[in-house]
Parts: sequence; structure tokens; C-alpha cells
Amino acid sequence: MLRYVAKRFLIMVPTLVIISFLVFFIITLPPGNCVTAQIDEILSSGGSNAMEKVHQLEQLYDLDKPWIQRYAIWASGTLTWDFGLSCQDNQPVSQLIGERIALTMVMEISTIIFIWVVSFIIGVYAATHQYRPGDYIASFIGFIGLAIPNFLLALVLLYVGKRYFGVSVGGLMDPQYIDQPWSWAKTRSVLEHLIIPVIVIGTAGTAGMIRRLRANLLDELQKQYVTTGRAKGLPPLKLLMKYPLRHALNPFVSDIGHILPEVISGSVIVSVVLSLPTTGPMLLNALKTQDTNLAATFLLLVAVLTVIGTLISDLLLAALDPRIRLQGGREK
Amino acid sequence: MTAMDEARQAAGAVATPPPAPPPAHVVSKEPWDPYVAEKLTAEQERFYMAGQWKLMWWRLRRHKPAVICGGFLLFMYLVTLVSEIIAPYDQHTRHIRHIFAPPQGIHLFHEGSFVGPFTYGYKMERDPDTLQRIYTEDKSTTHPVRFFCLGESYEFWGLIEGRFHLACPSEGGTLFLLGTDRLGRDMFSRIVYAARISLTVGLFGISLSFVLGLVIGGIAGYYGGWIDNIIQRAIEIIKSFPHLPLWLALSAALPVTWSPLLVYFGITIILALLDWPGLARAVRSKLLSLREEDFATAAALMGASPQRIIGRHLIPSFMSHLIASATLSIPSMILAETALSFLGLGLRPPITSWGVLLNEATDINVVAVNWWLMLPVVPVILVILSFQFFGDGLRDAADPYH
Repeated sequence: MLRYVAKRFLIMVPTLVIISFLVFFIITLPPGNCVTAQIDEILSSGGSNAMEKVHQLEQLYDLDKPWIQRYAIWASGTLTWDFGLSCQDNQPVSQLIGERIALTMVMEISTIIFIWVVSFIIGVYAATHQYRPGDYIASFIGFIGLAIPNFLLALVLLYVGKRYFGVSVGGLMDPQYIDQPWSWAKTRSVLEHLIIPVIVIGTAGTAGMIRRLRANLLDELQKQYVTTGRAKGLPPLKLLMKYPLRHALNPFVSDIGHILPEVISGSVIVSVVLSLPTTGPMLLNALKTQDTNLAATFLLLVAVLTVIGTLISDLLLAALDPRIRLQGGREK
Repeated sequence: MTAMDEARQAAGAVATPPPAPPPAHVVSKEPWDPYVAEKLTAEQERFYMAGQWKLMWWRLRRHKPAVICGGFLLFMYLVTLVSEIIAPYDQHTRHIRHIFAPPQGIHLFHEGSFVGPFTYGYKMERDPDTLQRIYTEDKSTTHPVRFFCLGESYEFWGLIEGRFHLACPSEGGTLFLLGTDRLGRDMFSRIVYAARISLTVGLFGISLSFVLGLVIGGIAGYYGGWIDNIIQRAIEIIKSFPHLPLWLALSAALPVTWSPLLVYFGITIILALLDWPGLARAVRSKLLSLREEDFATAAALMGASPQRIIGRHLIPSFMSHLIASATLSIPSMILAETALSFLGLGLRPPITSWGVLLNEATDINVVAVNWWLMLPVVPVILVILSFQFFGDGLRDAADPYH
């Protein structure tokens, strides 16, 4: 077990290095940089010290160095939580992203919990009531959830909210709490605003999870030990809970590896649509303005979150399922 | 008995021993027909002799939703072939006097009498407070819709000049089935033209990713060893990383100076770049399991080269399966393009795709007043759903064990 964990950690490090390298390379690919416009402006206005100013700007962002050197500076900085300067207002990246990363993580974790709870209830119901109306309704909702892309759903919800209820669904807190220190009231406001994005991001994942849980549980319920138990007169609830459900719950943990990238992708685009103060809009903006340090940091953190999430799910699965633990590997 | 027989008998009895009885078991020289014992009915024969693709088609035909959705998709792709004829207007024509005009209803009866399909004109006023345009129907005149008519000129696929349309507005009238946008461009025509881009992005992307998956998966499955190991790790990394942020970064890297057509191909390449791992993995695992099958051994014993075994025997036997799974990833490509263009990092005007159209619907305050800007959502969802159903049906049909 310990060897397994150590091995996973060892694989994590080169993965993150490769990802950060590629990401940095991609971002610096297009010609120009985040201060090109600023430099043009300075040059066109002329003045005696124009060249000097340009030089200063370039030095501030290390733009006079080749990208590989800039990567080295940025990458070595990340180890100490120093991500360099962002082009937005000259602020250090670490200051800009702090709260956004926290809010994003809160949103993503709540989404996963939402997916778990809802798909657990609906999945178990659908499997125990196979081919009854409830099952069909659940399957239908699941299919629609899979088919409707979440950003379109967000757009439609936004429209319905605005048009018929006169409220704007966007934002992650009431306007009066923005830039305020955290308080109980602010937390409550955030939680209230979280509901819609969480539902929107979670639909696709929930639909897939319901399908898998239902299929797994149905497989399990057809096995002979269940028939034996029923013949011996076990109460139905106990018969369900004791073994079949535990077996069927494996995907809840093992599928975090699949769901997490989906949730992160979803949260990026949904938060752009709903203009949430999370990482999504800032990442988009950073990419558009070629704010290399900011964009690369976001993408790196996304990668770190994904890798750690997958690792946790693998470890949890190993801890929960002796078949996997004893083999020392992940069961495919 | 004749005298001759008697004479022979007499001679035989004396001189030679009697001839041996004929052997009981005779091997016939006639070619053996295996169907003599078990005669196949015509129906059975048709079934057993059918090729893989025919079998798949029969099984697919039984799956009603898949057939309906397949038909719908076929219809949509046919429409993209003749967008210019279907659309009453050009996608870029601006109608300055009809900005943000609401959808125009098609009426049949005017003041109680039958006129045939026609539209009423618009009457436009401005809200004195908000300066919003308010359109009302001007019921005084009718504008009958013309069919199979000559209307606005266009260049068919950018090559042939033409003026023929399926339907056009009457002289002096308008035909805005789904309203107009902020520049007074007809939404219906734009959605029809955009289908051409949105639907082909998926096809081009998937063909590219299909080739990539086949080659890379084939290499991994054929060579094995450390090459296989490296490819496996790469697949794992790509699959575990959230796609959207990467797509965003990649499409932000497309130079702004590129022409819209180049951007279009750039986007399809980007979509394919992150999509091949699934197919490559399928190819690899199928290759690994199929090369242990008896027919592969038989081919090897008969002296077939590895290329021939892979190309002639292994790949065709899982091609149907591969195509089915490729069909299932077309919708995600269409969606990705829509999402990227919607965020302003994908295709750029003047190229029109459903995502580019939806990009105009990002400002909720505008959309709340002009709801028809949201209409491109409808074809997106219909196409995605159809691809889902059709792909599901295709996959079930391609799987011989169900």
C-alpha cells in the first residue's frame, strides 16, 4: 500500500512539470504580449524618455528574456507560492487569485457533493423500481441532463430568471458583500448564490452517475445471494443495504477521476456565463490579454487540483475496496 | 441363364477362384455439399451470408429512435449543402430599418378570407423613455410569401452566382421568420448558414482525430514495450486534464492575423488534438485482444505479413465499433466549438457558426428584451441529442455480442 502511494506521488511530479511546461509554451506562442498595446501607446506619444519607459516595462515583466528563461523564473517561483507579476494592475498573481481559487474550490466541491447526493437517491430509486414510471422519468431526466450543454442551460436559466422573475442569477454574492471581509451574512449570501451554478454544472455529471449506479445496482440485485437472502426472509431495506449497495457504490469514489475534469471544465464556462468571481472569467481574460503569468498559474493550479483529486479518489478506493488494496493497483 | 454363363461358370470353377465381392465402402469423387444434411431456408441463407455492415444495418434499422435521429441528421447535412437556397436572405445583409425586429408570424387568413401564406409589415415606434424599438404588426397590408422564386443574389459555395431561393419575401415586404439581430440581419438565414460551419467542424475534427487515434493506437498496440508505455502515459495525462481550459489556451494561441478560414481549420485541429486518446485506447486494446484470436494465428501461419494481418484482418474487424464510438464523440466536438466561439476564443466573424451567433446573446440585458437571439440554442440541442441517440444505436448495432 505504501509503495503504491509513493509510486503515485512520484508519477505526479513529472506529470505536473510536463503540463506546466507545455501550458507555458502554448500561452507564449502567439506574437505580442500583454504590454504590446501599452508599448505602442508610449511609442506613438513619443516623448524624450519613451524608449526608456518601454525598457522599464519590458524589464518589469521579464519580457526581454526568451520564453524558456521566463518559464524557469516562473516555475521556480511557483515552489514558493510566488507566481510573478500579473499584467493587470501590476499586482502579484498570488494576491489576485487567492480568493478566487478558494471560491472555485468551494464551488467544485459542492458540485461533487451535489452529484453524489442526487445521483445516490435517484440511482437507488431507479434501480429498485426498474421499469416503473419513476425509473423512466429518472432515465429521461438523466438523458436530457447529458444532452443539454451546461453553458446553454446556464444561459437559459439566466434568461428565465431575468425575464420572468426579474432577478439576475449571476454573481456569487449580493453586491453589498463584494470586497467586504468575510462574515456570517456574506457566507450565507455566497451559499445562496451557489445553488444555481452547482445545479447547472452538476447536471451532466449527475446524469452519468445515475446511469452507472443504476446499472451496477441492477447487476448486483440479480445475483443469487440476493435471491437467497430474500428467500430467507430478510427485510428488503436490509437486503439492499447490507451488500448490493456497498458493491454498487464503488463508482462514486472511482469516478472522481472522470467527474473532476468535467466539473472543472464546466465550472470555467458556467462561471463566465453567470459572471461568478471564480477562476473562469479571470482565466479567459488572462488568455485574451496574453497575461502569461496569470494564465499559466491558473492552468497549473487546475492541473494540480485534478491530479490531487484523482490521487485522493484512488487512495480512497484502495482504502474502501480490499480487492484493489490487496492487488496494489487500480482495478480497471 | 444363357449358355454362355453356364460355360463361364464351368470354366471359373475349374481355373480361377471366384471374384471378390465389391468393397462395402466407396469414397465418392463427387464434391460434397454440406447443406444436404441441413438445408438452409432462403431467409437463413440471407442472414448467414450477410456481411458485417449489412448485419449492422439490419440491427440499426430495428432501433427506431436511432433511425429517426439519423434521418434528422441526414436532413440537416443535406440542408448545409444548399444553405444559400434555403435561406431567404444572405447571412451578412443588413436591414437597417429592421434592427432587433421580432420573429414575423406566417399568416394564412386576412380579415377572414384566405390569402395563402403571407406576413404583415412592421410598424416601428420608439419607447420614449428607454429608446427601445417597439415593433407591432401593421395589419393594413399583406405581403404574400413567394416560393421557388428569384430573390437576393448569392454565390453558391462562393463559386456560382445565383438568385434562386426556396422562399422569398414579396416585393417591398420582409420575411424574418426568427427575427433580426443588432445589425438587422435575418436570424433564420444566419442559423441556416451557421449550420454549415457548426456541423462540419465536428466532421473534420473527428476525421482528424480518427486518423490520429488509428495511427497512435496502432503503433502502441503493434510495437508494445516502452513505446506503448509512453503512449499510455500520454493518453492518461490528456484524458485526466480538464479539456476546456486547455482548449481555451490553445485557441488563444491562434494568431489574430490568421484569416477566418485558417482559424476554422486551426480550431478543428485543436479539437482533434485532445480527442484522439479515447480512440487510440480503443484501437490499442482491440489490437491486443484480436491478435490472439485464431483467425490472426491462421493468417500468420499462411505467411501473411504483419501489415497484411493488421490492415486486412484486424482493423476491418473492429472498424464498425470504432466508427460507432467516433460518432459518439462528434457532439462533444460540435459543443466544444460552440463553447469556444461563444466565449469569443473560437471562430470569429465573418465566419458564422451557432457559437458565434450565441456570442451575441452573452449580454443578458439585451437577450431579456430580444429573446430570439437565444434561438440558436435550439438547433444545437437538437443536433447534440440526435447524435447521442444515433451514436447509441450505432454502437449497439456494432456490438456483435448483444
